[in-house]
Amino acid sequence: MAKKDAPPRWDRKMQQRLARGEAAALGELYDRFASLVHGLAHTVLGDERAADRVTREVFTHVWEHPDTYDPRQGPLRSWVAALTHRLAVQRLRATETAALVRAGQGSTEELERKVRHASVAARADYIVQSMPAPLRAALELAYFQRRDYRQTAADLGVTEEEARRRLRLGLQLLSTAHDAGTGPGAPPEYGGAA
Amino acid sequence: MTGAEPYEPHDPHEEENGPADSARGADGMNSGDGDDQHPTPEPGPGGPPRIPLPRLSVEDTGRPLPDPPDAPVPVLEHRVLKSLLGAWALAACSPEETAAVEEHLGECGGCADEALRLREAVGLLHPAESLDLDPSLRARVLQGCLERRPPRVPVPEWAAPYDAETARLDALLQDFGDAEWHAPVRLRWFRKDEPTSRRTTVAGVIAHLLTVDGMVAAALGLPDPLGDVPADRPTPSARTEAYWRASHFPPTRAVRAPWRQQTHDLVRTVSFTGGGTGALSVPYGDFTLPLRDAMLDRAFECWVHAEDIAEAVDYPYEPPSGSDLHHMVDLAARLLPSVLSARRQAGLAAPAPAGHRRLVPAGEPGRSLRLEIEGSGGGEWLIPLDSPAAVGSAEHEVAHVALDGAEFCRLAAGHVPPAEAAAGQLGDREAIRDVLFAAASLSRM
Repeated sequence: MAKKDAPPRWDRKMQQRLARGEAAALGELYDRFASLVHGLAHTVLGDERAADRVTREVFTHVWEHPDTYDPRQGPLRSWVAALTHRLAVQRLRATETAALVRAGQGSTEELERKVRHASVAARADYIVQSMPAPLRAALELAYFQRRDYRQTAADLGVTEEEARRRLRLGLQLLSTAHDAGTGPGAPPEYGGAA
Repeated sequence: MTGAEPYEPHDPHEEENGPADSARGADGMNSGDGDDQHPTPEPGPGGPPRIPLPRLSVEDTGRPLPDPPDAPVPVLEHRVLKSLLGAWALAACSPEETAAVEEHLGECGGCADEALRLREAVGLLHPAESLDLDPSLRARVLQGCLERRPPRVPVPEWAAPYDAETARLDALLQDFGDAEWHAPVRLRWFRKDEPTSRRTTVAGVIAHLLTVDGMVAAALGLPDPLGDVPADRPTPSARTEAYWRASHFPPTRAVRAPWRQQTHDLVRTVSFTGGGTGALSVPYGDFTLPLRDAMLDRAFECWVHAEDIAEAVDYPYEPPSGSDLHHMVDLAARLLPSVLSARRQAGLAAPAPAGHRRLVPAGEPGRSLRLEIEGSGGGEWLIPLDSPAAVGSAEHEVAHVALDGAEFCRLAAGHVPPAEAAAGQLGDREAIRDVLFAAASLSRM
């Protein structure tokens, strides 16, 4: 849970360094967030090249407008995730609309459903990545390794009650992915789980 | 687990058995639920054996769970049933518990709502896709940014290979588990013209990089990762051995964070204090290098050891980008004349042939070897053979060696014996031999 300990000071200093035009800060920003950004963009768009392009857009935006991030509003990580979400969904909507016009079939309802589905999936990924590591580890064992909760408890070296608690809590966190973005223009609420 | 607390609205008392209780859990104490008196599953009296059956998650099959065969549905209190909801949604309960939960859901609206919600959440889980980012994406993204808004404090050109190589190695380490971190690695180099090696682990290699990069850090006024640990000599290998010796346990993955932090600090600091020229000198114990060359040397070492690591864990690893490779080859080519001269004085290289046994005046053209590096990042270098002060000269070319860029770097890393290097050769055999051996002697731990 190293990320949890990262003080907001890092976020503030990063913003100041970006604002000062320090190229080394841009590299560090990339190193910290590129896999998050690319992963979210890929979940929304399902395409490697499109995810590359969104990654480029996100970092260009942060580099050109570092002042649009306000450290008082929350962690930089959440802000970057929300920005990625917005740009990725924007691109998805644009390409899907273009395809709609070209093919002359499908409907805007379908398009919105697709966008909503991609939004929830991206938010779920973010929640899984950002949740406390012990919860993620429990879900990993129970879901992907097909361990029952007693085995999960034994694997993690915790009580069975604790294993049940972690599985339930992990899913409770994950279920909030459905809550965000009620309308097409609603900003995704990143950060709740961070 | 503090991050989880805001999501603990239902059963705050369960917090008592936090992860810190794991030791207690292991010695058989249970939490008093009445349903986990058996630390290990064993056949219940009269019930089916509690041997885990091969099973699919319910959401995978789309079928309801089969009814347990006449198992008595245990009587569990609401609090326990509720605590089972997550495990139930994940199909990770015993058949008896599953039956008890499902019976309860018909009676308890609160639990039924939550059960539905958690079951839906399970549908959002999917295997993490391999997030191997294309390593070349970093350079493209950063370049795109810097074109849009030119930096006020750029990373010096000679520090760019170090920035790129450390990022590539860090990406390689990203998904390593303990098995990979402790995988054995054999570091290989040339000493006194003989191949030599030292055994360590992946984590030991990163500790080595941390310690040697630390010489550059110290020269820049940054903290020395070796701290108060005394090294026999201020050389890369002595410092590394001292660092390895000083820790009670073999290095672990914990070494990654300080290594990465230092690489970032170095790039940042040379951006500010490199003064563009990188003329500050970095002591290596037996010699010194100007800062700009030290940063190229560290980039080179980072790549070489990243290859060692990748080989040890059987991952693929690409050579550096063409322009970065070119900088590294250029450093080696520039170091060769003084290495040749030192080797000649030590009797390791042939003296200049009769008729050339005079000191070439500084800045004058001298007998030269044409080093042709093929492939991306390649080029041609004229290596003056008889004096580091001489200037390489096409008119005085006595030999021509052609190698692939990555092969040349493996030679200079001591991974390929000079006699076996795949090199096209033309001209003075002795000169060629001397240069290839000099290149191998650039290697060190």
